[in-house]
Amino acid sequence: MRESGACPDSAGTGHALVSVTLRYFAWVRERVGKTEEVVDLPPGLRTVGDVVTWLAGRGEEYAHAFENPKVVRAAIDRTHVRPDATIGQAREIAFFPPMTGG
Amino acid sequence: MATIKLQREDFDAAAEAARMTRGRTDIGAVVTFTGICRDHEAGHGVSALTLEHYPGMAEEEIARHVAEAEQRWPLDGVTVIHRYGRMAPGDNIVLVVTAAAHRAAAFAAAEFLMDYLKTRAPFWKQEERAGATAWVDAKAADDAAAERWEQPGKRDAAE
Repeated sequence: MRESGACPDSAGTGHALVSVTLRYFAWVRERVGKTEEVVDLPPGLRTVGDVVTWLAGRGEEYAHAFENPKVVRAAIDRTHVRPDATIGQAREIAFFPPMTGG
Repeated sequence: MATIKLQREDFDAAAEAARMTRGRTDIGAVVTFTGICRDHEAGHGVSALTLEHYPGMAEEEIARHVAEAEQRWPLDGVTVIHRYGRMAPGDNIVLVVTAAAHRAAAFAAAEFLMDYLKTRAPFWKQEERAGATAWVDAKAADDAAAERWEQPGKRDAAE
């Protein structure tokens, strides 16, 4: 049985870097040049929009992928979210263009 | 019980519909919708489509909408099969089968599911045309088709 409080990461102190998997699809994937990556989000990022702004500053390919942030959609742990959604304890954040299935 | 499949392989719409009604005498209506890769789009030729999807989320998103359809209409069966990978004109892309005692529920649920698959399920189409490739843009008409199913909050209770 797991003891509560034994894991300092779950205490939410806000100081530790938060490690999440970022996944990219369709032309966002092509522009970024990778399908996924594990990153340590710097402290202070609160929303999905904050992550987009941070990503856009990571290099030319990211700037290109997120040049029009309003077009790029996001999902946290496989659920659609809006840009103002808080990251919380997200383990996986995905970015992709509007969907064209069916 | 709903059947949801994501697969590279083709499907057999008639076989899926038959499977849903086998051994049952309470079903009065079965609607099958098949989406097919066509050879043209907005005036230009299309030589192939490649469908990319978000594994895991695609299944979950479809399951959520199937559950919603089952809540909205009295359904006796739902099957959704969505293919991914490369498809040539004439190839099947997506199948929705709905069964109910009466046709209204089966028709409505099939249309509801297709409208949501087009706009909310994490799939992306890339077209091949004359040696070039291009990602298909989302269509405002598809968004509008999905939006008409939105239910007005809880306003009714207050009025």
